Amino acid sequence: MANINAYEGPADAGFGDYVALLKPRVMSLVVFTAFVGLWIAPQPVNPFVAFCAVLFIALGGGASGALNMWYDADIDAVMRRTAGRPVPAGRVTPQEALGLGIALSGLSVMMLGLAANWFAAGFLAFTIFFYAVIYTIWLKRSTPQNIVIGGAAGAFPPMIGWACATGGISIESLLMFALIFFWTPPHFWALALFMNDDYSKAGVPMLTVTHGRKVTRRHIFAYTLVLAPFAIWLGFTSVGGPLYLAVSVVLNALFILGGWRILCRDEEQAQADGYRVEKRYFRLSLYYTFLHFLALLLQHWVGGW
Amino acid sequence: MLQRVEHELHRRRRSRNIGLLVVLLAFVVLVFGLSVVKITQGDMMQGYDHRPRASMLPRDPNPPAPNAGPVAAPGTPAAVGGPDAAAGGQP
Repeated sequence: MANINAYEGPADAGFGDYVALLKPRVMSLVVFTAFVGLWIAPQPVNPFVAFCAVLFIALGGGASGALNMWYDADIDAVMRRTAGRPVPAGRVTPQEALGLGIALSGLSVMMLGLAANWFAAGFLAFTIFFYAVIYTIWLKRSTPQNIVIGGAAGAFPPMIGWACATGGISIESLLMFALIFFWTPPHFWALALFMNDDYSKAGVPMLTVTHGRKVTRRHIFAYTLVLAPFAIWLGFTSVGGPLYLAVSVVLNALFILGGWRILCRDEEQAQADGYRVEKRYFRLSLYYTFLHFLALLLQHWVGGW
Repeated sequence: MLQRVEHELHRRRRSRNIGLLVVLLAFVVLVFGLSVVKITQGDMMQGYDHRPRASMLPRDPNPPAPNAGPVAAPGTPAAVGGPDAAAGGQP
């Protein structure tokens, strides 16, 4: 008698596997920053249009996540953190991930153009191209500065949100870009300091692998110093105000202090206490962006300068 | 013999089908809602269709008064007979 198990193929995924292809955790940052960029812009946007615009920006981000999982399946299979993703785990075929990524890219760009404007849609298309082709396919495997370049893709969403409302670019949106752009490298390098094994196994040229941990610690501190002026400058623009400025000064002081502590340590000290300082810095970096954008939102609510 | 054994495979397929149904319904609601918002905001609802239409021209901020000096179309009795003809056609 035929056994139903004979039909069980590896490519029979549940709905959750397709959701996982869109990297929902990355999406949550995209949703939040894009929403803040859209909401604090000087031109008011109808709430339903704003909701749709943020949704399609997130969908575009998800599409680039699926394209990333299609191309990086070989790397993901080697790394402990990513081995359970749908493609390396065999639940979704790479072709399905590619198809979903391309289809959602087209859909999200078209719908953002119809919901908001075509400048924002073009910007979203560029962001997807930048993340999937420039970062994932081209530079991720060829330079230890990959994180810096990948950070740009993650920094575009608040600019797209701003473009949805205003139809253009301004100093405020460029500074929001700078805030995420210069924050990304120290955030990921801190992670790489205590997750080094994974990256070296996969052969991704992480700064910790190619230039060593001492150089990485110096880079973290340097980027923290570069980041602070841009974050505080944003407080003096039309979207800033005393509340944002206060939050930003405190967070940047803590961030620079954390970077300094990382700089002053060597590997023996770090291994002795299980990378406690690095882990704390990583956690602080998560709060750093969240609280900056939350402060922008609150500042808009209470009124700026 | 008909087998009605629920297999894990069926459960995954059902989750996929229901998920897709929800996504498609949500998309319909989204497009409908966007249409309602765009129409009530009075956005441009028609594109250029290779034929100029007066309704596509931008609205004139200073429209001419409705009866400011009516001009007769050429060839009509009012135009041939001069101003008197325009008044009634009889001298």
